[in-house]
Amino acid sequence: MAQPVLVIENLHKKFKDIEVLKGVDLVLDTGDVVSIIGSSGSGKTTLLRCVNLLEEFHQGRIMIDGQEVGYDGPQHRRRKESEIARQRAMTGMVFQQFNLFPHMTALRNVTLGLTKVKKLPAVEANAIAEKWLARVGLSDRRDHYPGQLSGGQQQRVAIARAVAMNPKVMLFDEVTSALDPELVNEVLNVIKDLAIEGMTMLLVTHEMKFAFEVSDRVVFMNQGRIEEEGPPEELFRKPKSQRLAEFLKSSKF
Amino acid sequence: MAELQQFLHEVWVARWAILQGLGTTIVISGLAIVIGTILGTFVGLVLVYGRLAARFLVRIYVDFVRGTPVFVLVLASFYLLTQVGIQLTAFQAGLIALVVFCSTHVAENLRGALLSLPKGQTEAAKSIGLTFPQIFIYVLAPQALRQALPAWINTAAEMVKASTLLSVIGVLELMLAIKQIIARNFMSPEFYLLAGVIYFAIDYAIERAAKVVEKRVALPS
Repeated sequence: MAQPVLVIENLHKKFKDIEVLKGVDLVLDTGDVVSIIGSSGSGKTTLLRCVNLLEEFHQGRIMIDGQEVGYDGPQHRRRKESEIARQRAMTGMVFQQFNLFPHMTALRNVTLGLTKVKKLPAVEANAIAEKWLARVGLSDRRDHYPGQLSGGQQQRVAIARAVAMNPKVMLFDEVTSALDPELVNEVLNVIKDLAIEGMTMLLVTHEMKFAFEVSDRVVFMNQGRIEEEGPPEELFRKPKSQRLAEFLKSSKF
Repeated sequence: MAELQQFLHEVWVARWAILQGLGTTIVISGLAIVIGTILGTFVGLVLVYGRLAARFLVRIYVDFVRGTPVFVLVLASFYLLTQVGIQLTAFQAGLIALVVFCSTHVAENLRGALLSLPKGQTEAAKSIGLTFPQIFIYVLAPQALRQALPAWINTAAEMVKASTLLSVIGVLELMLAIKQIIARNFMSPEFYLLAGVIYFAIDYAIERAAKVVEKRVALPS
């Protein structure tokens, strides 16, 4: 068995005095699709942001592809910003609010990281970007600006932007929460395709049906801890913990 | 009719004085805008990204200058700097006052524009692996400049108007040229009106040019 792609060990995170992550452990092997569910405030988004190093954390470590990210060694010394920037590119993040760059065309949004971070020549970057825009069904929108695209289209460009960097792990942070209901499926279908192709993915989602269909494992977080983890059939059909049972009952499925 | 002819005749007689004054107004406002914008950009960047001590000093500079009438800045630049042994011509002293004034406005505009950008922009740029200088150059600056543009145009127009104050320290710009002409021919209403029309024309031209630029850089939606 090859080494896991993502290892999270004993992760602790505080905002001021409030501990929002109280020791989280999670392992993703290559091709794993893991969904994190839980009520708001349970720490699931924070966990995802720690993996992308958008949040600092105070204890524990995160390894991507065998490399400790963000911090170095038992002293938990924060790495240099340039080093952290490089490690951030190992994960691809898709946000709830899309966060496309409004002053760039769809194509430029995707090529920016390829030319500036990966230092690829423009021709090569364009080819990769066009390939991914085609994959998310937006070839004909390559020269459109985000303001000219629907929410679903923007989110698909955002997915192309992240996945074009060829990350080890893709992180999805409630990526359909800001979308009109009729636009949710076009985004979920893109994510499903990526899952089928073997992309390693960690998703925070409120779409229970989607989590059930797409995930190899589902993680239920509660008050900064992982309360229950397992295959979707077990977790959704036979929840062990009382809290998960309550959570599932209160969420539409 | 005869009065109009008389006025036009006087304008013709004074044409070189008027043009020279206009030239000085344009040169000194132009220089103040260019140098003030460069200085103001640095000041604005310190306001947003500087270390605490630097930010504090620059904040004092900005608040102090913005809290002072331009007229007082002009007088201070001309009289106080001479007091401490810096010998300046009226033109140089006037230019310094305008540059200082302009820089604080540019700095505040830039700061406001940068801080108004959604946090998600920086986060998305970080997440694809860009370093901070790259994020600033490719993601933040292009958006902030678009947003700061209307206010910057305002500042530029403001600088042209503020340059009239330099007449009191003897910079022979348009206002002083007009005053000198009036001292010769006593046609004050006519020539003040002429001055008003010329200043309006300059600021109107700036505004029109700005509208064209604004349209060109506007994001399609």
